[in-house]
Amino acid sequence: MNPLDRYEPLVDDPAAFRAACSRPLPTTVRVNTVKAGVDRVCRALAEEGVAHERVGWAGDLLRLPDSSPGDSWAFAHGWLHGQEEVSALPARALDPAPGERVWAACAAPGSKATHAAALMDDRGVVVANDSSLGRLSALRHNAERLGVTATTVTRADARSYSLAPFEFEAFDRALVDVPCSCEGTVRKNPDVVDEWTMDHVESLAELQTDVLRRAVQATRAGGTVVYSTCTFAPEENEAVLDGVLAAEDCHVVEWTPPEGLETSPGVTEWAGDEYDPQVGRATRVYPHQNDTGGFFCARLEAGG
Amino acid sequence: MSDDGPVENVGDRFDRLPATPDERRVAGRVARSAVVDYLDERFGIAPETFADHTFWEKGAGKIWVVYGDYPSPVEVEGLGMTCLRTRQEFWKPTTDFVQRFGSRATRNVVVLGDDAAARFMTGDEQAVAWDGDWGYLVGARETAGAPAPLGVGLYTYGTLRSMVPKGRRR
Ligand SMILES: C[S@@+](CC[C@H](N)C(=O)[O-])C[C@H]1O[C@@H](n2cnc3c(N)ncnc32)[C@H](O)[C@@H]1O
Repeated sequence: MNPLDRYEPLVDDPAAFRAACSRPLPTTVRVNTVKAGVDRVCRALAEEGVAHERVGWAGDLLRLPDSSPGDSWAFAHGWLHGQEEVSALPARALDPAPGERVWAACAAPGSKATHAAALMDDRGVVVANDSSLGRLSALRHNAERLGVTATTVTRADARSYSLAPFEFEAFDRALVDVPCSCEGTVRKNPDVVDEWTMDHVESLAELQTDVLRRAVQATRAGGTVVYSTCTFAPEENEAVLDGVLAAEDCHVVEWTPPEGLETSPGVTEWAGDEYDPQVGRATRVYPHQNDTGGFFCARLEAGG
Repeated sequence: MSDDGPVENVGDRFDRLPATPDERRVAGRVARSAVVDYLDERFGIAPETFADHTFWEKGAGKIWVVYGDYPSPVEVEGLGMTCLRTRQEFWKPTTDFVQRFGSRATRNVVVLGDDAAARFMTGDEQAVAWDGDWGYLVGARETAGAPAPLGVGLYTYGTLRSMVPKGRRR
């Protein structure tokens, strides 16, 4: 069975959805604003003859129609980071401010955590955590290359995360970008649909729920928690939110995605289950909507 | 800060650098003031640049810089970014530090043309026209109206030897 069949009833244009899923992804990069402003980087790219287009909905993203991310001098200076367009959404939803304390619960290899740090002007605390030693070394390499001084790297199971190394008791914001079945990355990695099993989805959903619960607990009352995946599976998206809404003191907030990014709302019914209507405030992105990968993102408020 | 901190450098955790040499308790550990003075004297990077940062040692001589402050010692896998190698005769800034803060340097910056910059990024050495100090220099490339740092080079006898580490070469 191809898991993508399951989502045809959810999308407005199933044929366009399937066609987009079978096309390769455009190349995009994020400008590392910790080191250089977007205008300067565009000017440098133009000087060295590298074609680039700004992505309308995100001021710091560029499409590279004719080259790979690593080809340019701008990359050698550490001014660019290869990052899929839609994966720049969660840090925007998190909307961190300079000076805040942010937890990236599942952070390796660090694209979204370093993006959050850049949005904070590299001022504050971004605790970038992951449980995998191998992936942490990629995270450290990326954070160093991008010159981020506001990150602290920890290695722990996010489900039972302890703030013991720090002097503070709660985060202002948490970014929960969990491991998932990755259906939305099918354009980059077509194998994901062949390896898909319902058992795997169910075990991931359990892990995702536990990580998100811990993130809500570790965030101060009134603080923001962003939950994101690169899968279409409601079992790993809205169903996880539904479970956490019932178990923890939190709610899903209304969040308007950046202008120029076409999105769909979260689904409130799936496979005979009905979810808390709040999950309809979540954001779904299908590949055919903006010629990107697939994505899911929800913004929660902890406490009260 | 307590009075009975460690007296030896412990390699697997981060210890904050003492503010000044007088407050030093660990043999050979440099002081924050010495690091900031070195960056100012050698490269003209203003001390205020680091007003909101703290400096840490993990592993003998390896200095890290992080925004803000943490309780010391702190057991984490990474704290900000590596900045400087001390406990050797000539201190050596890291490539990543120079890329991040080197655009604030006002001296000991050698600006390379694109061909020389490409050579620099391979990790090779090359002859350069430089009549300033010997020792570690910021290697930069002119782009979009200003020099942009690439890494660190060691200048001696008319030759610039690139210190760009393997993982960053092209
Ligand atoms: C989707 S990836 C994160 C991508 C990352 N946020 C980025 O933007 O570069 C999920 C990560 O979760 C990590 N992970 C899996 N189980 C975990 C757990 N129990 N605690 C912490 N991290 C975990 C994996 O090692 C993997 O790196």
